[in-house]
Amino acid sequence: MSLSNDQVHRIAHLARIELAPGEDARIRDQLNGIFTLIEQMQAVDTSGVAPMSHAVDLSQRLREDKPSETDQHVRFQQIAPEVEAGLYLVPKVIE
Amino acid sequence: MINASLSELSAALAAKSLSSVELTVLFLDRIAELNPALNAFITVDRDKSLAGAKAADAQRAAGRAGPLTGIPIAQKDIFVADGWLTTCGSKMLSNFVGPYDAHVIAQFKRAGAVLLGKTNMDEFAMGSSNETSFYGPVKNPWNTAMVPGGSSGGSAASVAARMAPAATGTDTGGSIRQPAALCGLTGLKPTYGVVSRYGMVAFASSLDQAGPMAKSAADCALMLSAMAGFDERDSTSLERPAEDYTRDLATPLAGLRGLRIGLPKEFFGPGMADDVRAAVEAALDQFRKLGAVTVEISLPNSGLSVPAYYVIAPAECSSNLSRFDGVRYGYRAPEYGDLLDMYCKSRAQGFGAEVKRRILIGTYVLSHGYYDAYYLQAQKIRRLIAQDFVAAFKECDVIMGPTSPSVAFAHGAKSADPVQMYLSDIYTISTNLAGLPALSIPCGFGGDEKSGNLPVGLQIIGDYFGEARMLGVAHQYQQVTDWHTRMPAGIA
Repeated sequence: MSLSNDQVHRIAHLARIELAPGEDARIRDQLNGIFTLIEQMQAVDTSGVAPMSHAVDLSQRLREDKPSETDQHVRFQQIAPEVEAGLYLVPKVIE
Repeated sequence: MINASLSELSAALAAKSLSSVELTVLFLDRIAELNPALNAFITVDRDKSLAGAKAADAQRAAGRAGPLTGIPIAQKDIFVADGWLTTCGSKMLSNFVGPYDAHVIAQFKRAGAVLLGKTNMDEFAMGSSNETSFYGPVKNPWNTAMVPGGSSGGSAASVAARMAPAATGTDTGGSIRQPAALCGLTGLKPTYGVVSRYGMVAFASSLDQAGPMAKSAADCALMLSAMAGFDERDSTSLERPAEDYTRDLATPLAGLRGLRIGLPKEFFGPGMADDVRAAVEAALDQFRKLGAVTVEISLPNSGLSVPAYYVIAPAECSSNLSRFDGVRYGYRAPEYGDLLDMYCKSRAQGFGAEVKRRILIGTYVLSHGYYDAYYLQAQKIRRLIAQDFVAAFKECDVIMGPTSPSVAFAHGAKSADPVQMYLSDIYTISTNLAGLPALSIPCGFGGDEKSGNLPVGLQIIGDYFGEARMLGVAHQYQQVTDWHTRMPAGIA
């Protein structure tokens, strides 16, 4: 398989990463090199093998349904890029 | 004093022959002297560290001292620490002052250890040479033209140069063991789930695990005893009784008699450099002299670990790093149009090239139409790799082989070719996929006339929860060899 420039742009859009002009060809070549390595997997017959999604088999713990965190929004918002009246500010989304 | 073990330092503090403040000043002064050339630390805060040392001295005076009370420990800059800049080696977090303590930080605080500083690392722990850090590359104290390994390269260099008695690291695909090998240290990646990931900036959550990096197995055992433990804030933290990881250290030398060491034939193929092979073979001879027996084993799917890892780790990274959006914390681009433009520009400017590359790979393998061929296939291969280890441990007690295929390489040697860099972790990645514990210990030197002596690491892989046993095995070796006591020239 080989990625095209268009595919690189589409992936970058999905990942919300802006590409600099001319960056697409360089990234495409690097990704294609990495996918040559990854493609080695395709030669392996894995039919009947259960996918392993985690390092250890765990079931999720349950806890009592009550608040476990204290309100620290003032502290956490001190490191936010832009805050007003306890709200995170972003460019206008709804006209 | 700079070469003292953690238990020697602890004894000196207990005997009141020195205070934690004096000890901390000693290491802070060494950092001030050596760090400009090595770049192992991103943040050093003399006042904060000394306040911690004073508190430790007060704790000891009040009769509440443990084995790590008053000992300065360097922390990888991936652990969020209250009031400390926590950058993860990235521009994205270059303004992030931790609003709370990671579990690992809290555990060391509880033990009375002093936070000596935050160490440099590959950006978001993605790299094997510490060259992807926004804060610049770390130099290997054995030869500053060489890389220290990565991603915990700053931690490794800090201990190798005796700027810290010990340090922490994290290991997603080899990031504790490979830099430990390249800098001549002992470093342990525990069984997945033994150390809480709470407050440890996430890279690939099904693989990430924190562990100690120190001068000896005995020091690592003390460190791990402090770091490990159940934490309900990490959903993958294992609920197990607390362990004393030093418990096998006192076993007499005869304790290795009959130990079955498995040697995977796939780890001893043509990919290993001759100087690494010679040192590893000599170490195996030493273990045989101590009474261990070696058996050939096979991990037939281990060659697939790098391809499978470079699907799974980027997939998880693309999901984890989607949180960096320039809204709640971290870097926001100075100029942008609408909200989408703000996301795209903040992430383009805030992330470095390697991190972006991995996000893009992960986004692709998870995207519609490609999921089965890549992500699902990689997870199936992960199962095959884990099953190989289950079969192997029926024939042996521990597995040994090289940690890294070569000694430390030169800055820039692999940075232009991601695939070559990825193959640096060919012997370490499979244990992350399986969730097994593994450590690296120094076992000799390689290099040539031009590079000078460069350390070689021996990897010891254990079965699940085999940390105490593995540390005991490593300790026995370190009782009869002195590789772990060697230090770089020009550092004393």
